Amino acid sequence: MEDKRFKIAHREAIIGVILVLVNFAIWYGFAYGLGNQDPATYAYILGFPAWFFYSCIAGTIFMILLIVAVMKFGFTEVSLEEEDEECTGK
Amino acid sequence: MHWQVIIPLALFLVIIFFIGFWANAQVRQSDSFLSDYFLGGREMGGFLLAMTMMATYGSASSFIGGPGVAYQTGLGWVLLAMAQLPAGYFVLMILGKKFAIIARKYEAITLIDFLKGRYQSNAIVLLSAIAIFVFLFASMTAQWVGGARLIESLTGLSYRGALLIFAVAVLVYVIIGGFAAVALTDALQGTVMMIGTVILLVAVIIEGGGVSAIMAELVAENPNLVSPYGADASLSPLYVSSFWILIGIGVIGLPQIAVRAMSYKDSKGMHRAIIIGTIGIGTIMFGMHLIGVFGRAVIPGIEIGDKVMPTLTLDILPPVLAGIVLAAPMAAIMSTVNALLILVSSTVVKDVYLNFIKPSAKDAEIKRMSFIVTTAVGIAVVLFALNPPELLIWLNLFAFGGLESAFLWNVVLGLYWKGANKYGAIASMVVGLVSYVYIYHFHNNVFGMNSVTIPVLVSLLVFVLVSLGTRHLASPQNDFNKKPSI
Repeated sequence: MEDKRFKIAHREAIIGVILVLVNFAIWYGFAYGLGNQDPATYAYILGFPAWFFYSCIAGTIFMILLIVAVMKFGFTEVSLEEEDEECTGK
Repeated sequence: MHWQVIIPLALFLVIIFFIGFWANAQVRQSDSFLSDYFLGGREMGGFLLAMTMMATYGSASSFIGGPGVAYQTGLGWVLLAMAQLPAGYFVLMILGKKFAIIARKYEAITLIDFLKGRYQSNAIVLLSAIAIFVFLFASMTAQWVGGARLIESLTGLSYRGALLIFAVAVLVYVIIGGFAAVALTDALQGTVMMIGTVILLVAVIIEGGGVSAIMAELVAENPNLVSPYGADASLSPLYVSSFWILIGIGVIGLPQIAVRAMSYKDSKGMHRAIIIGTIGIGTIMFGMHLIGVFGRAVIPGIEIGDKVMPTLTLDILPPVLAGIVLAAPMAAIMSTVNALLILVSSTVVKDVYLNFIKPSAKDAEIKRMSFIVTTAVGIAVVLFALNPPELLIWLNLFAFGGLESAFLWNVVLGLYWKGANKYGAIASMVVGLVSYVYIYHFHNNVFGMNSVTIPVLVSLLVFVLVSLGTRHLASPQNDFNKKPSI
């Protein structure tokens, strides 16, 4: 039987993969969705080109907030020590 | 050179020395020398873990090479640099609690201990040790050169003199203090890196008359500087995206990072480290590269990329602040070098000497060996750095890619796929390494992607196919519930 802590770890690893996919989608989508026109026609937000603002600034802040939320609600505290082995296989 | 610049830098070095001596006192009292010297006794909390990960990862290329390239390329290079954000959370989430739990079960002190416990293969141990030694030695030399160049340009000393100062500064505290000194100084160094980045970014924006004014100036010079495609429109989306493997998710395969994922105290610390680390890496990578781009509008015409960051700092900041900001790249370089040094030393002592040469070595002997090996490796790096190789950033990336090709799947599949066996692991390592070196040398950036992309994909394929094909050969797999002998 598998250590039940591994089940938690597997779930959290999958969350990690999902987060990185979301991160990549935001980063790529805004950068090349808004940035693929003539640079002379760019819209600007707070002085930055819109593609850069959304992809690198807002996107990064969003990821940090998302990670804080995931840590709070999606991740479980477990003991890392070996003493816990007795509860495996239940 | 202003003394006001040098004094904060010197002060910084003095504090780091003290931390080294303090850690040495701790290590001397300990009764489990190996684990304390090479892993800090698995005692790191969240802040320390985040800082040592960030500081180990952020290197000369983040503070010196990277901003230089951004200066030439424009906002497209900041976009590329942001592919590093996952290094802050992805590594700890993927390796996660499972890696920490199993490392404790195996009593693993190095990444190789984990691989040995998982695959039960001496060939893997030897191959891994060679890969770590070769690539991290190259990487360390590049960082060392970067550190010496920085001191050279700040103090006006000769390159040799600067190298000597840097070598003494780093070697002393790493040799005497081990991993604990490395992690503690990393906390200070990581903090200095973040503060330095913020100060310089704010100063550059003020000097340039605000973001809008800077952007207008860049557009006037070359509109492509504010596009995601780079100054000469050569950065294709595929090329930039492929960096997500090299400097983002592939970071899991870097032994100096992975070993930190087995060194923390509890899961609460790991959760905190993910948040702090992501904020830290985001701030530094975004800030330093943006500084490089803005610098082009503030001080045009800097020819040598590596001089962009120091020149900007010295020109626009008052001397004392400049000293504090210039401590940031020093900190980045030192904190990378110290991690590599202790890792290479642990590889030689724990993975090679204790595995193959003298498994029966007594505690006192291990202690002596550890100090001697760390010193010898450190001095060897200094000798190599005397004839410095060019192109800092690329040398550093070469080591990154090689290690990732070799280790990424061995670690990840070893952790999560029961079917992974030693034949698959060895085949994947060899194919990953050979194809990376081949592609890097003969077809750099093949198919418009970074050289690491194909080796990483091919080594995954080879790993899975060989593991499946040799199912019947493999001994019953270790299911992590029993304790192997290491």
